[in-house]
Amino acid sequence: MFLARILRTTALVTAVATLTSGAALAQKTYDTGATDTEIKIGNIMPYSGPASAYGIIGKTEEAYFKMINDKGGINGRKVNFVSYDDGYSPPKAVEQVRKLVESDEVLAVFNPLGTPSNSAIQKYLNAKKIPQLFVATGATKWNDAKNFPWTMGWQPSYQSEAQIYAKWLLKEKPDAKVAILYQNDDFGKDYLKGTKDGFGAKASSMIVMEESYEVSEPSIDGHIVKIKAANPDVLLIYTTPKFGAQTIKKTAELSWKPLQIITNVSASVGSVMKPAGLEASQGVLSAAYAKDGADPRWNDDPGMKKWAEFLDKYMPGADKTDSSVVYGYGAAQTLAKALEQCGDNLTRANLMKQAASLKDFTPDTLLPGIKINTGPSDFAPISQLQMQRFKGEKWEQFGEILSGDVAPE
Amino acid sequence: MSAVEEVVTEAAAVEAVPKRAMTLGTGTSLLVLAALIIMPIFVKNFIIFQMTMLLIYGLAVLALNILTGGSGQFSLGQSAFYAVGAYTTAVLMEHFDVNYALTLPIAGVVCFGFGFLFGQPALRLSGVYLALATFALATAMPQLLKLNFLEHWTGGVQGLVVTKPDAPFGLKMSQDMWLYYFSLVVVIGIYILAVNLLRSRSGRAFMAIRDNEIAASAMGVDVALYKTLAFGVSAAITGIAGSLGAIAVQFVAPDSYTITLAVSLFLGMVVGGVGWLPGSIVGAAFIIFVPNIAEGISKGLSGAVFGVLLFLVIYLVPHGARQVAILGQQLAGKLRKN
Repeated sequence: MFLARILRTTALVTAVATLTSGAALAQKTYDTGATDTEIKIGNIMPYSGPASAYGIIGKTEEAYFKMINDKGGINGRKVNFVSYDDGYSPPKAVEQVRKLVESDEVLAVFNPLGTPSNSAIQKYLNAKKIPQLFVATGATKWNDAKNFPWTMGWQPSYQSEAQIYAKWLLKEKPDAKVAILYQNDDFGKDYLKGTKDGFGAKASSMIVMEESYEVSEPSIDGHIVKIKAANPDVLLIYTTPKFGAQTIKKTAELSWKPLQIITNVSASVGSVMKPAGLEASQGVLSAAYAKDGADPRWNDDPGMKKWAEFLDKYMPGADKTDSSVVYGYGAAQTLAKALEQCGDNLTRANLMKQAASLKDFTPDTLLPGIKINTGPSDFAPISQLQMQRFKGEKWEQFGEILSGDVAPE
Repeated sequence: MSAVEEVVTEAAAVEAVPKRAMTLGTGTSLLVLAALIIMPIFVKNFIIFQMTMLLIYGLAVLALNILTGGSGQFSLGQSAFYAVGAYTTAVLMEHFDVNYALTLPIAGVVCFGFGFLFGQPALRLSGVYLALATFALATAMPQLLKLNFLEHWTGGVQGLVVTKPDAPFGLKMSQDMWLYYFSLVVVIGIYILAVNLLRSRSGRAFMAIRDNEIAASAMGVDVALYKTLAFGVSAAITGIAGSLGAIAVQFVAPDSYTITLAVSLFLGMVVGGVGWLPGSIVGAAFIIFVPNIAEGISKGLSGAVFGVLLFLVIYLVPHGARQVAILGQQLAGKLRKN
């Protein structure tokens, strides 16, 4: 009897002990790459090779996390940002990502750059159930929560951008005769598809011409002449920067004045608008989601003030006109937000869950009104843009914030 | 012979290597083999993956070594053959469900044909001119892979994702380890074939052409045939390396096979020692690991650090790993005498 009571008490004590330790475990849960003091985040960037101009994004992110750590880290944990060079080469990207996962043992791979590199590592990371978070490419395929639940995009996809142009045209110029010039690859075709989706049933009546060019062509003047012959009044320029500049220049030379809309990728003042000629560029339209670091309009903007302070302290000498610096800051801030939401539950599954439950989050560098929203089936964080018009020597935003939500394929 | 050709053939890169000096002794070979077999048991999957890539690049460097060290022809276009091999495997595996092991010989045959055909016009060129002609091939290849009418098979710029094979016969080993042993068997097989090829009549013909084309043809060597043959064999082996590479990386895209790859392979051959077949693996190690070391030293200046390291190697041991091996041998010989 007495023995039985002791046994019962012991059992009870054990049960209570198990319960409490269970509760303690529930409070702090970690996967590989996270501890009480540190969160390890991996990244690959083309620091060398053909796309090395983008390497500055990785450097900005590294500096951003240094700032976070100096301020005490995220929920008391320091971020250890490990970034390797993949030289924009897919095999090297696989090697470096495997090194990050299997040798450095990171919690997640963040903002790897380039469509080819991300395509190369997507299957591996999803098989290993490691977050491939906020990838730095605009292809639409990253928003596919059903087939790739561990991969998430960040910037607006090319398709949503094209949808926004179509929606804007439907509203402002419903009887436009539209000609589309696009690059004959996945980049141009994404834009083409977005435009057609945006026009919906009116696509066949509004689009009078679709003209494609190869990226290997030295000049696309012939295509412009051909398009002009069809006499459209709107020209959608779905090109990369070099061809964008050629198009704007050629239309001016032909003294042809259609309404021109150019991709956000090619909206650079320095590498497109100036070479095309400021005179010829007046009135060209585009869309944007981030603030321009060189625009004095943002001098008193609290977000951009923080950005400028960060640059002065952690990246002295950085080029403020380089949009990559703005980009890296915004992407890093989004990751910091997702990690903060994770609290003490730093598992890979929870990180994905938190990244997929960002609500009206506004990084310092996004245009006012543009918000990051994600959901269990919405893996496209930024899907809003604002129209802008080139005036003088810079872009001026106008109108309301437009959103182009692209359903996963 | 023109003055330019004289300069090129006189360059140390293609100096005469006696055929005995092209391989390792039996004892050393067995030792290296044993190390390669045992190693994966003790290391992480990531290291095994790197070792697999080492074997694959080693094979590609070996192929170039047969061409340059054996028959004295330059090529900066190896990346094109590598790409053809990789795409052959990827397309066969993903669109036609062919077993991965079967795609290797097919890729070899396709690349042999491709290399043999390319060898025909290349016959008229030698030295730097040949190097430039192959360079053109390497620059053209990524764009050719993006062509519209091929896109249905090649996936265009998006590339193709390749499924990694599991170990067969219910063997309990990881995919990486299985692929490593699979590659090891292929590489050793090809290495033995290559050594025997260079020791055979054809190999002697290659070397005769390398050392003096006119003398070789005076001796009755069909110069045109053997030169194109060397191109074909080299392309076939490179293609097989490309196939293995596609399976190991699980992805092919035009951007994987740019001129950078061709230059890396060339570099690997020089660092390993031109004409010394075992050096291929040392050269491959150089092109895989040294960029990582350079990045570890300085991220912003990784290219410059790599350049300095490369310069040091070329300056201190101009004949690459072969020179180090010979020095080691002499040292060992002296110690034995004492």
